[in-house]
Amino acid sequence: MAWDSFHESTRFRKGAFKRLVEVGRVVFLNYGDDTGKLAVIVDIIDHNRALVDGPSTGVPRHSHPYRRLTLTDIVIEKFPRGARSPTVKKFFDNQKILEKWNKTSWAKKLENRKKRASLSDFDRFKLLKLKKQRRFILQKEVSALKAKS
Amino acid sequence: MARTNHAPRNSFLVPGITRYSRSVIYSKKAIYKRKKTPQPKPETKPAQFKTVEIKGDKNGKERFIPVHKAPRFYPAEDVPVPKKSRKLNKTTKLRASITPGTILILLAGRFRGKRVVFLKQLPGSGLLLVTGPYKLNGVPLRRVNQAYVIATTTKINVSGLDKFDDNYFKREKNAKKSTEEEFFKEGEKKKKEFPAEKATFQKEVDKSLVATIRKDIDLYHYLRSRFTLTKGVFPHKLKF
Repeated sequence: MAWDSFHESTRFRKGAFKRLVEVGRVVFLNYGDDTGKLAVIVDIIDHNRALVDGPSTGVPRHSHPYRRLTLTDIVIEKFPRGARSPTVKKFFDNQKILEKWNKTSWAKKLENRKKRASLSDFDRFKLLKLKKQRRFILQKEVSALKAKS
Repeated sequence: MARTNHAPRNSFLVPGITRYSRSVIYSKKAIYKRKKTPQPKPETKPAQFKTVEIKGDKNGKERFIPVHKAPRFYPAEDVPVPKKSRKLNKTTKLRASITPGTILILLAGRFRGKRVVFLKQLPGSGLLLVTGPYKLNGVPLRRVNQAYVIATTTKINVSGLDKFDDNYFKREKNAKKSTEEEFFKEGEKKKKEFPAEKATFQKEVDKSLVATIRKDIDLYHYLRSRFTLTKGVFPHKLKF
């Protein structure tokens, strides 16, 4: 089986793994100096490590173990294996990977978490107040609907 | 990766005796490069001599004599002279996050959990002068140690109170009970009333504060509420 057909068939095969370790796969690093940054798999070194690079996200080209990264849904299309940093940057930017990433609910969740952590005591109090107001409106509506039915 | 702490450069050979001498450490730490803070000058010495009027016409009228007369005999044994202490009472250094107008969270005592406004540091004791304001959350003008306080990043405008000091908190001395009758009566005595001047002063201080706080309804509610921790909230991970 040619690489491409295998590649395509697995990607859309139902029930199989949906994210594969493959050249061009965008990964989320969860360990080390670059924790929380995106990178691209440039080459696969062995069954433990891959060569990753993220010139647009400030990740230096280095080998990274699979257990310390998470695969994302995003794959850079037609990404040449072993591409050097400038090429990686070109592909990454041309296909607007960062934009795509920011649209995912995963990225949004991370962003929210960061926002929440940076709230001051007063901000937290204001949030609590707003939540209370929302709850008040909601419960009012719900109880009105319940009374109707 | 987290860096581990290195061992002290100047380790102890035996408790009390360090590996390197003071002068070696001086050059190792490069203290000579640092700015020296000048030692405060001792106050001007009291006068050693004085002029005294002398009566009698033939005595020259005035004489220049030492203030303390020299002893006629020297002590036979050496008398130990206590060492002069060069320690100074330094004012407590406040945390950089605590500036006038900062909203603080009290951690201990009767008002724990209350959010209060920091007014100023008291010059004598170095404690923090704090008010609720009393009208909002019942915390009167109070002194607190900065150790028992969390400073938040929220600040409001505070002015005035320049002359305020620790004397406000001085306790009034009771007249001693002389007769037995008075002594036994004491138990029946009711609670002392809060001095009226202090009450008016409190109102005066709070007046402008409350006015500024009222402009922001969230802030108003914020100061009225108590700080609490809930499940899964770790104070060391919070930003205040």
